[in-house]
Amino acid sequence: MADRNEPLDRIKSRRDSALAALVSGVPYMNWLGIRFDRRGDELTAVLPFDQKLIGNPMLPAIHGGVTAAFLEVAAIIELSWAAMWEDLESGRIAPDVAVPGSLPRLPKTIDFTVDYLRSGLPRDAYARARVVRSGRRYASVQVEAWQDNRARLFAQATGHFVMPQNG
Amino acid sequence: MSSDPQDGSGKTGQGGASATDGESDRARIARQFIEAIPHARALEMRVEELEDGRATISMPWAEHLVGDPRTGVVHGGVVSALMDTCCGAAVMVHPTEPRSTATIDLRIDYMRAATPGQRITARATCYHVTRNVAFLRAVALDEDSDNPVAAATGAFTLER
Repeated sequence: MADRNEPLDRIKSRRDSALAALVSGVPYMNWLGIRFDRRGDELTAVLPFDQKLIGNPMLPAIHGGVTAAFLEVAAIIELSWAAMWEDLESGRIAPDVAVPGSLPRLPKTIDFTVDYLRSGLPRDAYARARVVRSGRRYASVQVEAWQDNRARLFAQATGHFVMPQNG
Repeated sequence: MSSDPQDGSGKTGQGGASATDGESDRARIARQFIEAIPHARALEMRVEELEDGRATISMPWAEHLVGDPRTGVVHGGVVSALMDTCCGAAVMVHPTEPRSTATIDLRIDYMRAATPGQRITARATCYHVTRNVAFLRAVALDEDSDNPVAAATGAFTLER
């Protein structure tokens, strides 16, 4: 059990720097502009709208491939985050952008299926992933994405992943 | 993806001799439309072939598309974007001449990592259509074209 009297700023800084380390190591996430909001261990992926994300200039609408990529990124980060949470909280690991090799390896996607429920508007998009099952080797993750209204999903996805085998 | 090459694009750009000589008007319009999509441009996609419910689109490897900095392998999302564009393009050049299309669902199987530094090429086939739905299969290849990087199956709307 974690130390109840650990200073709050130390807890927050540990979690925030671990999350930053996880996210900043991936060039493609930065290029798309994806960032993560954190409330305790709950993550929300945020995709700020940008012109280069457009797939249909007439409507306009976000590219279906961007939607798929955003959901896949959200799933992978959630899965890594959930897998490292215990080690992070107990102090067994301390991922840090400045320390190469301190980052856990990311899971590898086996397959990913996206349901397109409505077209993506030219606005910010949000996604939350849920690890449905995570074993030693394989994991199954579900993701939901929305824009203006949390209850009106514009896409959802499910994917399977191979967990990294840390020796 | 969702596209509507009949609106707004018109018959423009007689670019003279090129690899695309001999393609139909419809294919040419679709190609120009696809190459004008902001995200397709951002990924530097190039339409290689568009004919009869089939499409081939390729894109170069780039540093900023990397998903795993330890290996330099592009992120799976990049492959998704290419596959989705390619499937949508194949629908648009189906002989039933749809007015527009949008992705209903797309499943991608990642078979191996794409080799860093190599172009990725997607080939999509619209293998069946009903009145309102198109069914697609696609593969993504790098230079080792006997050994696909990824495979996809999808359902797209068919708007007539």
